[in-house]
Amino acid sequence: MKETIRFRIDEHQITAEKGQTVVEAAKANGVYIPTLCNFEGVKPKGCCRMCTIKVNNRFMTACTTPASAGMEVESSTDELNDIRKSIVELLFVTGNHFCPSCEKSGNCELQALAYRFRMMVPRFPYQFPQKGIDASSPRIIKDQNRCILCKRCIKTIKTPDGRDYFAYRNRGTKLEVVLDEKLGNEMPDAVARQAMENCPVGSIIYKEQGFLKPIGKRKFDKKPIGSDIEV
Amino acid sequence: MNKKIIATTSLAGCFGCHMSFLDIDERILELVELVEFNKSPIDDIKVFTKMADIGIIEGGCCNSENIEVLKTFRENCKVLVSLGECAIMGGLPALRNGIPIEECLREAYLDGPTVQENKAKILPNDPELPMLLNNVYPCHEIVKIDYFLPGCAPNADLIWNALVALVTENEMDLPYEVVKFD
Ligand code: SF4
Ligand code: SF4
Repeated sequence: MKETIRFRIDEHQITAEKGQTVVEAAKANGVYIPTLCNFEGVKPKGCCRMCTIKVNNRFMTACTTPASAGMEVESSTDELNDIRKSIVELLFVTGNHFCPSCEKSGNCELQALAYRFRMMVPRFPYQFPQKGIDASSPRIIKDQNRCILCKRCIKTIKTPDGRDYFAYRNRGTKLEVVLDEKLGNEMPDAVARQAMENCPVGSIIYKEQGFLKPIGKRKFDKKPIGSDIEV
Repeated sequence: MNKKIIATTSLAGCFGCHMSFLDIDERILELVELVEFNKSPIDDIKVFTKMADIGIIEGGCCNSENIEVLKTFRENCKVLVSLGECAIMGGLPALRNGIPIEECLREAYLDGPTVQENKAKILPNDPELPMLLNNVYPCHEIVKIDYFLPGCAPNADLIWNALVALVTENEMDLPYEVVKFD
């Protein structure tokens, strides 16, 4: 049997198994810590900083921090929620997010976080960067305007022999996640659907079928993201 | 109670936000008890005849006239509200941001697949026409905006809740389901 440990997140007493991350332990105890790049079953990377918490007055990412006994975690404070909100706002202004014409709208995790944090307008100026769209694959569209570089597609969408469909290209402000041309051409239908599903935003769009769920029936139309975790 | 004065306008918008405003349906009867419209396409008053309490802006700024109207609203309204995605972030018109104006005009009037009758190859250049701006701008990048109500078009219940709160000077209580970006 695994060792049980106890620690606190805000006012919640958390019981966790040794080895769990703070995000996992929180979830198991009905406490939601917002995440974005994190994907269940994949080693967390802590790159989007959405799950920023404070432990001993230091900022940490809850998805990469192992839970430890007696830890005092600050999570849902005004300060941290405002930091998280500002990350959402930065992602909105550094991409081109035209939600009204995006097929992911209503099912998009970035948009859902904006709703959760009540983002009425980003506090930063819109950049309107010039970004491309790769529609060469017969199955999917890879839209760089909406990519938040979370790497979820790179890590989870692979061929049966382990080759990557998606990869990083360039560095720094030119960094993009691109689709391998050859593999993109041969992408099976089920893989294409899965890729769209695993992408938190509308950067991977399954072709020839859109807006399947009507407004009102989509994932985040009625309930905020994380409300399925919160007790 | 003195009625609050409301003014509205549509800049680079599609009038969808105004349509959504009318979607408050029969509540418009309650509204006329609370407010009086001044400059607005709803009553067709073209120029401000008095200071308004609340100005509602639909659409972002894509040309020189939009800027002028927006500035007039700022001068004549105590509170300004950006209503809808276009006012807040430029919206679909802002898809042209980053594309040179000349290229946009060529596509629209000369080279686009739906252009048929422009044999003289004329680009609109009448001095009466407002000048296009290099980009489509969110309203708050031009003047100070006090409130933002997102949506494309914004939910009628969002408009109603927010407006009643502003008119009655109460806190806005906007339910989760009505604050949406689409
Ligand atoms: S990816 Fe999400 S946030 Fe971006 S435009 Fe689409 S729905 Fe909006
Ligand atoms: S395409 Fe989607 S999953 Fe891949 S890095 Fe971009 S946002 Fe993440």
